[in-house]
Amino acid sequence: MDATILTNVVDALPQFDGYVYPNERTLHPLWSVLIVVYPYITGLVAGAFIMASLVRVFKVKALEPIYRLALLTALAFMLCATLPLLFHLGHPERCFEIMMTPHFSSPMAMFGFVYAWYLMAVLLLELWFDYRRDFVEWSRTETGLRGIIYRAFTLGVTDLSEPALRLDARMGRIISVVGIPSAFLLHGYVGFIFGSIKANPWWGNPLMPIIFIISAMVSGMALCVFAYMFLCWARRITADMRCLDLMISFLFYALVLDAAIEGLDWLHRLYSAEEGIDVLKSVAASKLFYTLLIGQACLGTLVPLLLLGSMQLIRRKITELNRRRVYFSSTVLILMGVLAMRWNVVIGGQLFSKSLRGFMSYKMEFAGHEGWWLSLLLLALPFIILTVFIKYFLDRDLPTIENVVPGAVRHPNSPEAQI
Amino acid sequence: MSENVTRRSVLKNLAGIVGGILAMPAGRTCKAAVQNVFAIAPAPKGYDPNQHKWLMALDVDRCIGCGMCVEACKAENNVPQNNFRTWIERYVITRPKAGSGESRGETFVDSTNGGIGGFKPSLIPKEDILKSFFVPKMCNLCEHSPCTQVCPVGATFEAPDGAVLVDKNYCIGCGFCIQACPYGCRFFNPETHTADKCTLCYHRITRGLKPACVEICPSQARIFGDLKNPVPDDPLRRFMESNKVEELKKSLGTGPRVAYAGLDEEVR
Repeated sequence: MDATILTNVVDALPQFDGYVYPNERTLHPLWSVLIVVYPYITGLVAGAFIMASLVRVFKVKALEPIYRLALLTALAFMLCATLPLLFHLGHPERCFEIMMTPHFSSPMAMFGFVYAWYLMAVLLLELWFDYRRDFVEWSRTETGLRGIIYRAFTLGVTDLSEPALRLDARMGRIISVVGIPSAFLLHGYVGFIFGSIKANPWWGNPLMPIIFIISAMVSGMALCVFAYMFLCWARRITADMRCLDLMISFLFYALVLDAAIEGLDWLHRLYSAEEGIDVLKSVAASKLFYTLLIGQACLGTLVPLLLLGSMQLIRRKITELNRRRVYFSSTVLILMGVLAMRWNVVIGGQLFSKSLRGFMSYKMEFAGHEGWWLSLLLLALPFIILTVFIKYFLDRDLPTIENVVPGAVRHPNSPEAQI
Repeated sequence: MSENVTRRSVLKNLAGIVGGILAMPAGRTCKAAVQNVFAIAPAPKGYDPNQHKWLMALDVDRCIGCGMCVEACKAENNVPQNNFRTWIERYVITRPKAGSGESRGETFVDSTNGGIGGFKPSLIPKEDILKSFFVPKMCNLCEHSPCTQVCPVGATFEAPDGAVLVDKNYCIGCGFCIQACPYGCRFFNPETHTADKCTLCYHRITRGLKPACVEICPSQARIFGDLKNPVPDDPLRRFMESNKVEELKKSLGTGPRVAYAGLDEEVR
């Protein structure tokens, strides 16, 4: 009896429209908001790392003030990148099987290796080589918990001779060079997880990894600007406008590229008009109206493009304060826009039946395993970790060390330089 | 470092590498033997999957939409309430509007409760219906199955006998395979928290029985057989001889093996 009632209720639920395969008639999509958070966080990692690489590899001196901040941001987000996936698994206790018995044809299995490589071989090593000298110096002056931490992080290598420091710098540069393709690989794989699913016309698309990489760059750069401006505000110091202007220029050009590629994707879809285009059009126009057309296209892309584009043209005529205001609001819009993009891809791909005859709906839970609370917590966690990192590794009370990167001079206005 | 490299050490290393390579097959055999002892397989001991190639064929014109197969499948395999390893779809195609220049009108598809208990009469007036038919759906036993391709741990696999199976003691429950199946045949089992799907009643077919859905079908719309061991007057061979067969969503390159006779172009 109960079973019959349940069946009738599921049938009568207004969340299905048209014909949906019986196995697709679930209360919420299989990959819900946690899987939206996952590519978002991973993208922020890749983007923040690329921002840091601009200093190391491309020697963009003006960006020196945010080098360490960008790397620490990347690490803070990297540490949380797999958490949403883990929480989402039906059997989280078996997660290490991905590493122990990987299935090499699976993009998800390969992501595990790329993630491990990126975290262990790229991010941690680069940070260690960059910070080694500071750790040694700080471990001599600091006491208590801080002293223990810094001493532990030297890993016993306390040689501060000239050749040793030169080796640090050289290793840092090599790792950065290796790190750029690794960052692309990291987020390209995330894109490929979706792009490889040919069963789904919304996802199965060769452009998907590229779209994910470019939007990752955009979001990561925006996050660096956001973190830098926030840190300056919190420390009540004026942001280095030369650095900020340059960051915004890079962000603007990345955003142009992102908008062009995503536009191209839609143009191609509409022009080739393959099977399923009617379903995609109707999903975009109705179910995803607010997140795709308003959130992603208008507020997340067009408005920042106009704002930042006009800043490129008339920057000199605008006061620094107003410029900072425009920059800050644009980065917030971009960060929201990229989150909306992840939502549109992940949730949008599950709002229509693979029979191409019907639609599903998604109403997010508030609490619960896959609800608002957990996803907000997972989004807040990297910021909490970043705060701890800043407290310990970008502290103003720590002694300044000039020329951490030999040949490069710290900008006088950098948060580290103002210590 | 360089003075330590001697002919002896190089030869030793080479011998080690060659020995390692030679030991690999033996290692694999040992691994397989150990796995065999601990494996929990629904197949009885002595069943050799290499000696069989199972196939299901579905005759659309014979299906009467009674839903007995869905019910039998649920009972046999303990399928959760709202999920289906097999189901029946009803297609109702209306007549084109007069003067529209179309060959057919709209297509309506439904599958209330997977077809269990049959279908209520369609709400579309009889005189407006051009044609109507039932289509049984199940795992398409793809040759290049996208679901097994994407599994991150290899918990789902194509058995040599043609069945596509899930090891529920190994599946991590990521749902990637469910997303990758173009036919909607996989589902997330809320009890085991793993992916679940049609096994062709593996516990039955490996003991010489037919799958539950085939056994119960009153109209012989489901034809099941072993391509490697045809029985005399094999129904599968007869089906293939007497019908023009087609597969679902062939354009996706998944190589579906389940053969349909009498399929309409509207069926996806």
